[in-house]
Amino acid sequence: MLATRALRLVGKRAISTSVCVRGGHGVAKVEDYTLPNLSPEQASLKEKEKGSWAALSDEEKIALYRISFKQSFAEMTQGSSEWKSVVGGMFFLIGFTGLVVLWQRKYVYGPVPHTFEAEYKEKELQRVLDMRMNPVEGFASKWDYENKQWKK
Amino acid sequence: MFRAVFRLSATGARSLARSRPCYSAPLASRCYSHGKVETDEEFDARWVTYFSKPDIDAWELRKGMNTLIGYDLVPEAKILDSALRACRRLNDLASAIRILEAVKDKAGPHKDIYPYLIQELKPTLSELGISTPEELGIDKL
Repeated sequence: MLATRALRLVGKRAISTSVCVRGGHGVAKVEDYTLPNLSPEQASLKEKEKGSWAALSDEEKIALYRISFKQSFAEMTQGSSEWKSVVGGMFFLIGFTGLVVLWQRKYVYGPVPHTFEAEYKEKELQRVLDMRMNPVEGFASKWDYENKQWKK
Repeated sequence: MFRAVFRLSATGARSLARSRPCYSAPLASRCYSHGKVETDEEFDARWVTYFSKPDIDAWELRKGMNTLIGYDLVPEAKILDSALRACRRLNDLASAIRILEAVKDKAGPHKDIYPYLIQELKPTLSELGISTPEELGIDKL
């Protein structure tokens, strides 16, 4: 009766939780904390491990290490050259963005206002000086009104 | 004393200066929270006892080591000695070598800690027949 009740619940659960019961995938993977299936040499090595470790050769010790651990610390913590791809990609995309901006300048934006024309700017400058804008320390203070030129 | 030296947090200098008044008198009012602060010796003793359990199982060894490595310190030689002997009881040479690698990694930029620990552990390593990662060549790629 308990079994049928349990089976009904398994059916109602999402697929992922019912598969997890077998430890095939998920956070606590069973491969991470059990020994893998051992070949006959590995099995005999494991038997030898029960005796004195001084009797093991270096190769045997390394083989025992590799049974339990896929990568050594050195292999695990080594860097990669991925950063070069990342920086290269960054520069490329920034460059591409520059091209897009230039294209926009030419084909998307209309002309700048007439207030940017040289003739207009000259009249603007004259007006600024006539109004004595910032005469103490700012703009007009740099103009020599007697000699009609910029102060040296 | 040495564990205080081995504390590797970014606030190292500050916590070193602050930690001494605390550890000499656990119940002193200088402590920063209520309750007793564990001294270095108590910490070490607790961990040595943990690994000295005669019938320790593989899970407990892994759990203990993972917890110990999670702390912001390099374990004392006596704790590591106890852990290596636990590996011997469990017939697990791979874990013994891994412990040595992990401890070297924990020391980080402090390159003088690992050689000191190996020197302290030399008698145990020769007694149990544990090779260091350097002797086996797995410290290189």
